[in-house]
Amino acid sequence: MYSEKVMDHFQRPRNVGEIPDASGIGEVGNARCGDIMKLWIKVEDNVIVDIKFKTFGCGAAIATSSMITELVMGKTIEEAEKITDKAVAEALDGLPPVKMHCSNLAADALQKAIADYKSKKSDIS
Amino acid sequence: MKQVYFDHAATTPVDPRVFAEMKPYLTEKLGNPSSIYAYGREARKAIDDAREIIANCIGATAQEIVFTSGGTESDNLAIKGVALALKDKGRHIITSAIEHHAVLDSVKFLEKHGFKVTYLPVDSEGMVDVKDLENAITDETILITIMHANNEIGTIQPIKEIGEIAKKHNIVFHSDAVQTVGVLPIDVNELNVDLLTFSAHKLYGPKGVGALYVRKGVRLGTLIHGGGQERKRRAGTENVAGIVGFAKAVELAVAEQKEVNQKVQELRERLFKGLESIPHIRFNGSRTHRLPNNVNVCFEFIEGESLLLNLDMNGIAASSGSACTSGSLDPSHVLLAIGLSHEIAHGSLRLTLGKENTAEEVDYVVEKLEEIVQRLRDMSPLYNG
Repeated sequence: MYSEKVMDHFQRPRNVGEIPDASGIGEVGNARCGDIMKLWIKVEDNVIVDIKFKTFGCGAAIATSSMITELVMGKTIEEAEKITDKAVAEALDGLPPVKMHCSNLAADALQKAIADYKSKKSDIS
Repeated sequence: MKQVYFDHAATTPVDPRVFAEMKPYLTEKLGNPSSIYAYGREARKAIDDAREIIANCIGATAQEIVFTSGGTESDNLAIKGVALALKDKGRHIITSAIEHHAVLDSVKFLEKHGFKVTYLPVDSEGMVDVKDLENAITDETILITIMHANNEIGTIQPIKEIGEIAKKHNIVFHSDAVQTVGVLPIDVNELNVDLLTFSAHKLYGPKGVGALYVRKGVRLGTLIHGGGQERKRRAGTENVAGIVGFAKAVELAVAEQKEVNQKVQELRERLFKGLESIPHIRFNGSRTHRLPNNVNVCFEFIEGESLLLNLDMNGIAASSGSACTSGSLDPSHVLLAIGLSHEIAHGSLRLTLGKENTAEEVDYVVEKLEEIVQRLRDMSPLYNG
């Protein structure tokens, strides 16, 4: 039911963990529906230089989390803001239809992390 | 890679002795039992003999056995069949919150057609309270349908007492015994059941064949119309090979019940003991009124589908009640009915053992589970090490 790419990211998830001095943190989902995704980003000179995640959820939830860290690493904030849930699914060669909504939260988590980064930045400046 | 099958509540392998009985009916013994020539008579006799064997194994008579395509059809026939036959007498049905979907969706269908349904709650171990059941009975009640043992958490219901209450109030009593025929001693008269569902592939028989026991005198409408097979209760050319295999499977299961249960139960206890070393877990179901082969456990902070995929990568087959595997957004209705939160229910795992499993396999599964659970927890934002 999952593509080879999904299984690859599920089996060998990239960038699992936390960033203690993160520039922004985004968390989406809830345990009730079975998916929680938390993303940490480190931003230097408007570029995302590091990103890590922790996810509670199904195979698709873990694979999309892992995939978005690869898509985002090294991108500018403006480039990262353009990444959609659809782009994440496409990068994984698709997701089963039932997983498109409930488990494809990585883009939302990223946007939240970016918003968190921006609000912290404006607090400082 | 090592392959370990721990999902016997889903289905079981066909016993080679069962397959040997079936084989001629898939090849040279080709007759349609309704045909009058020798081929047909041979097939007819095979079905008659199978019916006799199966009836004997549950304390019934041959005329009381209706062959179907399996447990789901038997449940549908029992519930809708009684509703059709007795709708002028009353339109109230009592069931439990933890029935199989074949039962729940059948009564929900009837709800749409004007029937009222009471869904009895269960306690934290998954037991129905017989007092609740008696209190739910009204003048309109025509059917009580309560499963013998739960397919997810393994809890065995007080079927005999429920049957006595049904009898006292003159209400038809159906039980889905798909998980128990062949596993627990069953006598339909001792258990006071009027209708009993069971299936071949849960007891080392083939898929696609089951039966409904229908007590003599119980009125039942027909769902499948056509030829006059099964005394006009279920039309369609009989699954001859399947029925022959079914009978052999039931016969073997009953004959070997004691030794198989003893072996399987020892393995289950070994599994319980092994899993106990993993922190933040919760065992589900009753420890005493429990199927000998069932372990159901929730691992906090992780999700069931991820667990199953990881087990599968290690060659281990098992089930979960998480939303992702239930095909809906909610986790298992059974786990929610015993009072688990959504959060915990998402991390459930069902391991069901069989007669071919070994202690070495149990140890392997425990070892792999320890690794996988830790790996997924390290990845989980809910877990603080």
